[in-house]
Amino acid sequence: MVPLENYLVLSAILFSLGVYGVLARRNAVLVLMSVELMLNAVSMNFIAFSAYLDPSRITGVIFAVFIITVAAAEVGLALAIVIRLFRNRATVNVDEAAILKW
Amino acid sequence: MALEGFGPAFAFWLLSAITLISAGGVMMARNLLHAVLFLIVTFIGVAGFFILLSAEFIAMAQVVIYVGAVAVLILFAILLTPRSARDNSETVWGAPAALLSIALAAVLIFVIHDTAWSETNSFQAPSVEDLGRALLSTWVLPFQLASVLLTAALIGAIMLVRSPEEEAEDALS
Repeated sequence: MVPLENYLVLSAILFSLGVYGVLARRNAVLVLMSVELMLNAVSMNFIAFSAYLDPSRITGVIFAVFIITVAAAEVGLALAIVIRLFRNRATVNVDEAAILKW
Repeated sequence: MALEGFGPAFAFWLLSAITLISAGGVMMARNLLHAVLFLIVTFIGVAGFFILLSAEFIAMAQVVIYVGAVAVLILFAILLTPRSARDNSETVWGAPAALLSIALAAVLIFVIHDTAWSETNSFQAPSVEDLGRALLSTWVLPFQLASVLLTAALIGAIMLVRSPEEEAEDALS
């Protein structure tokens, strides 16, 4: 029997790797991939909680369904923005897309 | 609750090795295409965890949507931008970001071990039928909102990536 803590620690490590990718990488596509990694860690957390803590065992699964839906919508829009950014500025470096920065 | 015996524990450690190594590979790989391939392995590993937690439907959705759609979409985006944009280097914030994420992981792991989880002993896993009933009764409003969100995101993505000629044609008509 695998304890609940193992799943939670694993998804915490995955989430932290995603945080590192978002903070430290130049490439906009890799930042997006790190966000997907974080979303995956979160939905694994939800599924583990629903399997171990929730007597009805359905609420966490529903949350995972919505996380996957929103992630699909997000990745479509974000890649459209990346392609648009590349077309307008010829770069996918997030540091160079800084017009809005004060 | 989850499955008993040696097999699930072995599967857990094997899957966590696969998932963590490939997630590390996403961060380490210098070529962005290799990073996407590592990301696909990570997604499949997480799907394995879903099966281990007896959430088969989510595991299937994970494989179909993440591996089948999201990863292929990311590959398309990489291939549509030229070779010069494929490096995976760090910003100047690399070292502080590493420190911050290690600190975050340490705090999370401490909190996880410090909390007394009140585990239940319900043995029957929810079937796909239960999931469908819950989605269309209790959660029907979020379900409908998710469909509107998907439609809006689809239209928005199409509008964003139109070429300048198409935009000029639309302005004339």
